Amino acid sequence: MRLVVPLQGVAQGRGGLLLGSLIPCALFYFLQLYLKRRRSPSDPSPPSSSSSNQPGMTRHSSLSNLLSRGPLRISSLATSIAKPDDSPYYMGLDRASGDPYHRIANPDGVIQLGLSENRLCFDLIEKWTSENLRDWVMGREGGDLSISGIATYQPSDGTMKLKMAMAGFMSRVMGRDVSYEPSQMVLTAGVTPAIETLCFCLADHGNAFLVPTPYYPSFDRDMKWRTGVELIPVHCRSKDNFVLSISALDQAFNQTRKRETKIRGILLSNPANPVGNLLSRKMLEALLKFAEEKNIHIVSDEIFAGSIYGEKEFVSIAEIVGSEDFDKNRVHIVYGLSKDLFLPGVRVGMIYSFNENVLAAARKLTRFSSVSAPTQRLLVSMLSDTRFIVEYIQTNKKRIQDMRDLFVAGLEELGIKCTDSRSSLYCWADMRNLIPTYGEKGELELWEKLLNVGKINLTPGSACHCIEPGWFRCCFTTLDKDDVRVVMGRIRKVVGSHTSCG
Amino acid sequence: MVIEIEKPSSVRLSKVAISKTHGEDSPYFAGWKAYDENPYDEVHNQSGVIQMGLAENQVSFDLLEKYLEEHHEASSWGKGAPGFRENALFQDYHGLKSFRQAMANFMEQIRGGKVKFDPDRIVLTAGATAANELLTFILADPGDALLVPTPYYPGFDRDLRWRTGVKIVPIHCNSSNNFQITPQALEAAYQSAESMDLKVRGILITNPSNPLGSAIQSSILNDILDFAVHKNIHLVSDEIYSGSTFSPSEFVSIAEILRNRNYKDAERVHIVYSLSKDLGLPGFRVGTIYSYNDDVVTTARRMSSFTLISSQTQHLLACMLSNHEFTQNYIKTNRERLNKRYDMIIQGLKKAGIECLKGNAGLFCWMNLSPLLNEPTRQGELELWNIILNQVKLNISPGSSCHCSEPGWFRVCFANMSEQTLRVALQRIHKFMEQRKVCSVNR
Repeated sequence: MRLVVPLQGVAQGRGGLLLGSLIPCALFYFLQLYLKRRRSPSDPSPPSSSSSNQPGMTRHSSLSNLLSRGPLRISSLATSIAKPDDSPYYMGLDRASGDPYHRIANPDGVIQLGLSENRLCFDLIEKWTSENLRDWVMGREGGDLSISGIATYQPSDGTMKLKMAMAGFMSRVMGRDVSYEPSQMVLTAGVTPAIETLCFCLADHGNAFLVPTPYYPSFDRDMKWRTGVELIPVHCRSKDNFVLSISALDQAFNQTRKRETKIRGILLSNPANPVGNLLSRKMLEALLKFAEEKNIHIVSDEIFAGSIYGEKEFVSIAEIVGSEDFDKNRVHIVYGLSKDLFLPGVRVGMIYSFNENVLAAARKLTRFSSVSAPTQRLLVSMLSDTRFIVEYIQTNKKRIQDMRDLFVAGLEELGIKCTDSRSSLYCWADMRNLIPTYGEKGELELWEKLLNVGKINLTPGSACHCIEPGWFRCCFTTLDKDDVRVVMGRIRKVVGSHTSCG
Repeated sequence: MVIEIEKPSSVRLSKVAISKTHGEDSPYFAGWKAYDENPYDEVHNQSGVIQMGLAENQVSFDLLEKYLEEHHEASSWGKGAPGFRENALFQDYHGLKSFRQAMANFMEQIRGGKVKFDPDRIVLTAGATAANELLTFILADPGDALLVPTPYYPGFDRDLRWRTGVKIVPIHCNSSNNFQITPQALEAAYQSAESMDLKVRGILITNPSNPLGSAIQSSILNDILDFAVHKNIHLVSDEIYSGSTFSPSEFVSIAEILRNRNYKDAERVHIVYSLSKDLGLPGFRVGTIYSYNDDVVTTARRMSSFTLISSQTQHLLACMLSNHEFTQNYIKTNRERLNKRYDMIIQGLKKAGIECLKGNAGLFCWMNLSPLLNEPTRQGELELWNIILNQVKLNISPGSSCHCSEPGWFRVCFANMSEQTLRVALQRIHKFMEQRKVCSVNR
């Protein structure tokens, strides 16, 4: 009753504007407060969706999240890595592994030509392992079979036995007179950590490496993700057969310096990936001179050095440094077994350096990525079997050459030319006249069509930062001879339908 | 006259390369050097340094050897071997499904079947060292901080900080309550970080604790989780010694705490595990991250490309750990043997007049030598450590290298040697203590 009276007064115009506006505002305010208290607390952005197969995990977010300062945070690095990778290189690999071609079991599957794995001599590996791998896990220490030899802590940068075996293998497979010094090796669980570890040793966050393009797509992850290092492309062009020039290097160096970014080194791939060409002795000398002038490092990724089968000679930078009066402290080589000796899932990479301080730091860093002891033992056993290794190397080179000839001939029949390279497990195909429009967009359209319609996964040049659109890397060492025909047929289907529309 | 000036090789290395964050100049590692130069051998060098600073488990090798002798399919790896062809296909960072399943089962068995683990939440790394570093990269930015209770494993200084640029802020624990973590200590550490303008991103606990050799009680685990929830930060539980508790009932995993809460707040919890301690296989380099957070699992998996386990090793261990009979027997026997060793060393030390923290897990005991210090300082502790290393010829780990706030505590490992060697070590300690008694009487 008492409440009604002032309202009545307001309603009748008594009390004036003041009460007339004050009371409704007050009522409105209290109504909002009441409703807010009653409303169930709204969810902040969900911390992360729970997996449907997580036992017992429920979806409601915790009350504490409300009381806290927003959603649960992960690092900036993790946030960027968690995003789906939109690079065609990775998308293509995923598609192919999700629907893998098999001549009998899955003839409509995606044929994988984007992975530079060498399976051509897998049968030799299978045979060797089935004949030689009894009791390989345990060794005979003092007469009895014992596990303690490989169970206990090992030197994190690899056992001397394995390093010596690697040194012998490298000399043999590269067919050169260079001898590799085991004490200058640091072994890692694969080439990926070898590259990253070197980066951590040579450059600080925000520093840069000059990298000739086109380059291996994974460098963007392996070298940049956690190190914070930048990669500065040094563009190579088809008119030069994609061979690096010192002037292009110099230009890139000066332009980067203007931005006040410090360049710490050059990253070379020799043989090059994806083009497959070799650096000449003269070029290597010129690069060493350049590096000395600018006081920077040279990292030479020689992981495909054992895959060469033509007349052109491979010259390792180790040879040049050994023979000439260059400063060795700035030269570092990366190598790995997986391209030359296809052992599924074997992770063995190597940093080979002439710089004692780099070796010392890299050794300590290997505790984050050491080679498993049983794997080391297996490899020592295999690499020490000289008869097998010699046969393997010879057969391997022959089979790569045969497969390449077949594949390149097949492409030529379709009017697609490849650069002339007698190394590596892939060819660099010129499809410039097949892309609908000249540009990255046109290249990706062709790539998508080849993947989705043709069901073959190639690596488009743009994923490798190639400055000229229309080039594709095709790895042929995961194929059987019969598969080549299938691949060409599928390309013809896409290319044929393409030219009819174009 | 031309003066030749020698140009020094001036090519620069990174800050990471020249930093001392790897910590390998600390006494923890210096003791190892002394051992390497003069290692004890039962037959050939009976006066050498006995290594008691290495937490390695060698008490159950015979069980592993017996399994391998009887199960050639685990180590056979070649044509016709089960899974060889399948493994030959594209090997990526997911790892073998069979191995992840086997790891999940093994982890469940260790926890007495009280919790279940989903193999798709397991990310494989080359050792727990890599797992801890990887998690740090994922949970914190450079310059952020993790809270870690003291005393802690000296390797954390390197693993959590070196390449990540993340800082460790200690949660101080002391002997007044057996070094247990308290809510007050947690809050104090958090405030300390804030006062240094550091953003705290998570807490990292080791359960069972290294170097204490004891499991964390469930009430304390609840407190820690509540604290993490309240501050909205992550909780990493390094459970690398979970299979080395002397009695299964004494260990409570953070997974059980979560299950009791119906997995509420689970997205902030991550477990690290490895086979290096429980299975005594540090050379195999096998570690895992188990996360209840999908983004962390995705990111960790991608980043694990820098630290993969070879497939031969995965295959071998998948066979071994899928063998229920083997794992049950192994877990039980390993626990019993470690318990026996622990009793042996505790009794031996007691006879010599030395007290230890009451422990129930791990490959070491936490020994109190504070009554022997000349002065109750870090310096006094290092002096005593030096005497023990150079005169008694035992390499033990000084508490200061574990960031213990109280001087005089030492970690002593007992599982990386034969019983006979342990007896020799105990005799040496006994003799040392006797001599000191005589000296102090004569003063």
